[in-house]
Amino acid sequence: MTASLVLLDPTSERSPVARALSVRPPSLRGMAVAVLDISKARGNVFLDRVAELLAAQGVTVNRYRKPTFTRPAPTALRQQIAAENQLVIEGLAD
Amino acid sequence: MALPDGLIVIAKRECPTCTLVEPLLARLGDGGDRVTVLVQDDPAYAAGMPGAVFDSTLEQSFRLGIEFVPTLIRMRGGREVARTHGWHRVDWQDISGQPTLGADLPPLRPGCASKTLEPGIAEALQLRYGSTGLTARNVTLGDAEDPMEACFDRGWTDGLPVVPPTPERVLRMLAGTTRAPGEVLGLVPPDLAPCTVEKVAINAVMAGCKPEYMPLVLAAVEAALIDEFGMHGVLCTTMFCGPLVIVNGPLGRAVGVNSGVNALGQGHRANASIGRALQLVIRNVGGGRPGEVDRSTLGTPGKYSFCFAENEIPEWEPLHVQRGFAREASTVTLFAGEGVQGVVDQKSRTPESLAKSFAACLRVVDHPKLAMVGDALLVVSPDHCRVFLEAGWSKARLLDELTRLLTVPGEQLVAGADGIAEGIPAALAGKPIPKFRPGGLLIVRAGGGAGLFSAIIAGWAASGPVGSIPVTKEITA
Repeated sequence: MTASLVLLDPTSERSPVARALSVRPPSLRGMAVAVLDISKARGNVFLDRVAELLAAQGVTVNRYRKPTFTRPAPTALRQQIAAENQLVIEGLAD
Repeated sequence: MALPDGLIVIAKRECPTCTLVEPLLARLGDGGDRVTVLVQDDPAYAAGMPGAVFDSTLEQSFRLGIEFVPTLIRMRGGREVARTHGWHRVDWQDISGQPTLGADLPPLRPGCASKTLEPGIAEALQLRYGSTGLTARNVTLGDAEDPMEACFDRGWTDGLPVVPPTPERVLRMLAGTTRAPGEVLGLVPPDLAPCTVEKVAINAVMAGCKPEYMPLVLAAVEAALIDEFGMHGVLCTTMFCGPLVIVNGPLGRAVGVNSGVNALGQGHRANASIGRALQLVIRNVGGGRPGEVDRSTLGTPGKYSFCFAENEIPEWEPLHVQRGFAREASTVTLFAGEGVQGVVDQKSRTPESLAKSFAACLRVVDHPKLAMVGDALLVVSPDHCRVFLEAGWSKARLLDELTRLLTVPGEQLVAGADGIAEGIPAALAGKPIPKFRPGGLLIVRAGGGAGLFSAIIAGWAASGPVGSIPVTKEITA
C-alpha cells in the first residue's frame, strides 16, 4: 500500500471535504424501499422482520439478494435496485 | 544543521568537474579553515574527510540555493561572504586563500546542474523545505482510493478523467506564470467565488495543460469574467452555448494551439486542455454544473472544450487586430459559441458567388426567420479564403458584403410569414432587417490547406448587451 496521496482542492472550498450523507427523508410514504440480503447467515431473519414492519406502514418493499457476501453486489443488481427504489436497507452482519 | 564558518563545498559524484576537484578538497583546510563538503549523490565522495556530509535529503543544498555543482562558499560570522561555482581556479584560490590551489588543473571547467534542480526533485524540495505560496485545501485520499476515481467521486470532472492535482504538479503549473498564486482574478459565476491564480493552476493541471499554457488559460479565465461576456448567463441558459476560446498572435503559435488541419476538432493538447481548463474553473470554482445552475436543454460537445487559433496571414486582418489590438499582441477572444455547421461550396470561384453561399448558410443561424438575436462566427478555410484573396477582397470587404446580403425586408421574417409562427414582430414589416446586430458577425481564417469548406459557429441567441458580447483579452504572463 502506498502512502496517502494529497490533492489540492480545485473548488471554491464552500463544501466540506467529506461527502455529506444523503438527506434523511421526512417520511417513507409513497417510497419504494429495497431490502437487500447480502447472503450472510441469518441476515434474512432480521430483514424479514424489517420488511414486515415496513409493509405494515404501507411502504412498498422490494426484496433482493446478493449471490455472496464475500463480493460486491453485481453491477446489474446495483442498477436494478437503484432503478426500482428510493431507499435501500442492507444487512451487513450476522 | 547550522553551517559552520569556514569553507563549504557542494558536489555530486556524477559531475566530472566535481571529480576533478575532489583531490583538492583535503587541501582546502590547510590554511586553518574548517571545511564542510556536502555531497548530493554518493557518500563515498570525499570519504575520509572529517567535514564530508552526505546531503541525502538535499535539504542543505536547497537551503543554500545551489544551482550548480561544485559550488564553493565562504561563511564568516554565520553569513555567506563569497561564492563561486564550477571550477574557476582564480576564484577558488581567492576564496580559499591558497594561491597555489589546483595550479596543475586547467583554469576553467564549468560545473553541472545541482541535483536539487532535477525535474520532480525541485518541486518536492520546495514543498518540503520551501515556501510555496499554496493555500488550497489539502484533500487526503484514502489509502485504497484510485486517484482518478477519487476525482470523479468528488464531482471535480466534466465526465472525462482528469489529471489528479497533486501539489507537485500544481507547483510545476505555477512555474508557467510570473503571477503570484494568491492573486485573485475575479469572482467566478454562478457562485461568484473568488478565483486565485492557484485555483486556475489546479484546474489547468486537471485539464491536462502544460505549464506554458498558463498565460493563455489565465487570460481566458479573465476574459470570461469580463462583465460584457455574461458568463453567468452563458452557463445557465437553456440554450446551447459555451465559452469558445479563439487565440490570436504569436503566443498561440509558440505553445502549439492548432489553427490548421482539424482546427475545430480533437488531437491537439493545447486546444483540448486550454478550453477544458476554462470549463473546469467554471465548474469547480464557480460551481457551474449541468443540471444545477447549468440548465442547457441539449448543450453542445464544445462545452467539454472549445479552443482554436486563427490561421493568420498578412493579407487578411486577424481578429485581434480588427478588435483593436496590435498584430504582434497575443490575445484570447471569447465567443459564446454553439456547435459547428459546415458550409460546403466546392463550385464558387468568384468572391460574389462564395459570399452569397456564406450568406445563405448564415441566414439559418438560430432560425431563418429570426434576426439580431444570435451572433455568429464564420470560420473561413484557406481554400475558400483564397477565392477572396485572388480577387483582392479583404476580410472587411467580405463582412460588408455579407451584411448587405443578410439584410432583408422585414415582411419576409415577421411571425406567421411562410406559415411559420416563429419570426420577428409584425411591426417590423416594411423595414430592412439585418440578420446580425452591428458587430455580431465575426470572421476568422482557420483550417487545413485542402477543402472548399468553411464553418459557421452560431452564437447564443441572446447576443449583445442583453446576454453576451464577445470579449478579447491580451495574454500577458
